[in-house]
Amino acid sequence: MASNGIKDQVAIVGMGCTAFGEHWDRDASDMLIESATSAYQSAGVDPEDVDAYWLGTFASGISGMVFSEALKTPYKPVTRLENMCATGSEAIRNAAYAVASGAYDLVMAVGVEKLKDGGYSGLVVPGPDGDGTESSMTAPAMFSLLAPAYCEKYGVEEKELKDVLSRIAWKNHVAGAKNPKAQFRKEVPIEKICNSPRIAGMFGVFDCSGVSDGSAAAILCRAEDAHKYTDNPIYLKAFSIAAGPNEGFISEDYDFTTFQEVVVSAQDAYKQAGITNPREQISMAEVHDCFTATELVLMEDMGFSERGEGWRDVMEGRFDGDGEQPINPDGGLKSFGHPIGASGLRMMYEMWLQLRGEAGERQIDNPKLGLTHNLGGQPGRCVSFVSIVGNELG
Amino acid sequence: MAGILGYGAYVPYYRLTRQAIGAGRGERAVASYDEDSVSMAVEAGREASPSNEDKNHSVDTLIFATTSPPYAEKLNTAAIAVALDLPASIRSMELGGNTRMGLAGLLLGTDLGSAGKTTMICAGDVVVGGPGGARERDSGDGAVAFVTGPDDQAIAVVLGQASTTTEVLDVWRLPGDQFARQWEERFGIEVLGPVSLDTAQRALTDAGVAPDQLSAVILDATNKRDVAGIPRALDLKAEQMVDMLADNTGRCGAAHAGLVLANSLDTAQPGDKILVLSTADGCDAVVLEVTDKINNGRPKRSVQHWLASSNNELAYNTYLKWRGVLPFEPPRRPDPGRPAAPIMKRNERWKYSFYGSRCGNCGQGHLPPQRVCVKCRSVDNMKEERFADEACKVTTFTLDHLAYSLQPPVISTVADFDVGGRLACELTDADPTAVKIGNRLEMTFRRFYTGQGVHNYFWKARPQR
Repeated sequence: MASNGIKDQVAIVGMGCTAFGEHWDRDASDMLIESATSAYQSAGVDPEDVDAYWLGTFASGISGMVFSEALKTPYKPVTRLENMCATGSEAIRNAAYAVASGAYDLVMAVGVEKLKDGGYSGLVVPGPDGDGTESSMTAPAMFSLLAPAYCEKYGVEEKELKDVLSRIAWKNHVAGAKNPKAQFRKEVPIEKICNSPRIAGMFGVFDCSGVSDGSAAAILCRAEDAHKYTDNPIYLKAFSIAAGPNEGFISEDYDFTTFQEVVVSAQDAYKQAGITNPREQISMAEVHDCFTATELVLMEDMGFSERGEGWRDVMEGRFDGDGEQPINPDGGLKSFGHPIGASGLRMMYEMWLQLRGEAGERQIDNPKLGLTHNLGGQPGRCVSFVSIVGNELG
Repeated sequence: MAGILGYGAYVPYYRLTRQAIGAGRGERAVASYDEDSVSMAVEAGREASPSNEDKNHSVDTLIFATTSPPYAEKLNTAAIAVALDLPASIRSMELGGNTRMGLAGLLLGTDLGSAGKTTMICAGDVVVGGPGGARERDSGDGAVAFVTGPDDQAIAVVLGQASTTTEVLDVWRLPGDQFARQWEERFGIEVLGPVSLDTAQRALTDAGVAPDQLSAVILDATNKRDVAGIPRALDLKAEQMVDMLADNTGRCGAAHAGLVLANSLDTAQPGDKILVLSTADGCDAVVLEVTDKINNGRPKRSVQHWLASSNNELAYNTYLKWRGVLPFEPPRRPDPGRPAAPIMKRNERWKYSFYGSRCGNCGQGHLPPQRVCVKCRSVDNMKEERFADEACKVTTFTLDHLAYSLQPPVISTVADFDVGGRLACELTDADPTAVKIGNRLEMTFRRFYTGQGVHNYFWKARPQR
């Protein structure tokens, strides 16, 4: 029994990503065609060269044919998978493991989501039939449980925490403003964020990530073949995913200030990658900032901040684009947007740009190791994904 | 002979002041948006059988009386039975058709008591009148429950009774109609006035009780003027006439005669004789005598307790929205779905009876019940445990402005039970601005919503009333 990982065995050699946003004029297949085609071009390969596909979509279609019919791929294997908001990350994890196994030489992981055709506010989660006793909490309500619990545990005033949360949103909007593909490309004054209409608990509109349409894709091969396709591959150092048993809503011990699934998946990923001090060794991270309080708690769960200290690090600017450890340099879910099945691959797309020095205006100085974190579910019951990638072997 | 073994009342938390309608003094009780005649009957039934399993399980028959049945076809009584955790072996029936059926059910129950049977009678009503009319103004929503049986355990015994059945067009409502209609009141008085007086006199004769021996007289009618002549005709004194709660609850349909009786029983003394009469399409009347068992037979919460626990800031338009009278702009969220019959059946012990489970190995509580323990992973080592009457507290909460509700924001809470166990649930009958971590809560049976023609009942928490 071991989580051995596949450190340095697999490389990403091409990526594509659509702009995220309200694409009233495009459906899921249009977005898949765009992201897959740019990934083919990025790796310099023909569609026929790709041996197998993993398609992540939460609810924008059923089966691999969502992809094969859009791209007319000639009878190739396409696996459709879903793992809530971690769907996109699950696609690349499974694709990478297939390459590492030797089963295929060249594969694509692609994610897509079309959320804006439903006409609803926020995210609507389709589910199986039920007995009517299921919680009716919306996503912002679920995550808003973090805020009062954090205040209570660490003696932070509610007003103080509101400033912290607003600063996280402000930071991610500053980053999004520098990103041509982001859904929200405007800086927003902190006061406006602070005073936005309440959605749930302490969360206002600006504490919530964007509901958007989008797609992203990656082409992977064995690390030793990477230079056939690109001079600047990025190498996969670790993949970890943890699915929780719902301890949070059963056991009275859970206090809503942490995600045990995140702690476990981060520790596992660090072990695979040989990381002992994530606060110092990780150059940058794309984390699942579905809501501002999520990002705060993630900083502590992933060891970027000490317990109870994350809010101070936020206020001191440690996680700003020009801080010591930039978090969500592409704007994050907050301003890049959150088309569920595509988000995990969008995070990886920013790693791809940053580690290759192609992030333009928001380029981080000489990054070596990046982390992506993707989370599906809610505090207390979720799946958490962590990957670590780098631009050098070893 | 037979009598009443126990009773319980339920008055919903909200009140609509008549000032808010622009119609006079006092207020009427209002079922919340998540309540109906069934859910309120359950609340009253729980009061009548306070966490005494033996008492509960000795019930042979459950009768539900209402003029506002949530289902026109499908036994509403069955939902009440499972929510009260009564055994499947009980007989069950439903009375409807007019507001007299609450008292009629009670008399049926005492008759069954003479045959040695124990019966629970729950009466609940949500009375909706056309906006601006007398029914809207003078009616109320509420519930009451009685347990009847042989008189050796009774807190009040039946001394005599009488009934009259009258075919008359007085108050009527067609299936599917939202509001009942009423013929010119003067005609009703002409027909039902003499009927009421005659029935009262026959009940007193049956009981061998003279009017001046009565300590309390409860006169309930579709039109109060139908019974207004009785006190004078029987030479009753003002102090014998009880407060009909017109200024507190309004007339709560089929539950009302019983609710006022419960209020009298709350303060009655052994030996007190009470006349209860209810007029609608005829009349039922009963004369009861309170026994010395009354002092141990009262419910935990009196009618006055329920009356004092209230919120009368309800806006008229909110009330109309709750009752489906006023259309409103829906939120940009999906309509609630329909719960599925097989799953409701599989999970009946959870959904209706509110049984969770507790791990036989490590003691961890699980709501909903689980087969595998989240703490020690033991498989199929669980004991069933009913949490309906257990107290809990707010561990954390949030106000959800986005979720679909007839009373936004939805207050979502994570509540921990004193006996151990955690539940994520909605908080109802609460002021969103007053919720605090640590607030004491109790469980209440509610109708969450109606999706595609199916009522969805389950439990919520409310601040302790």
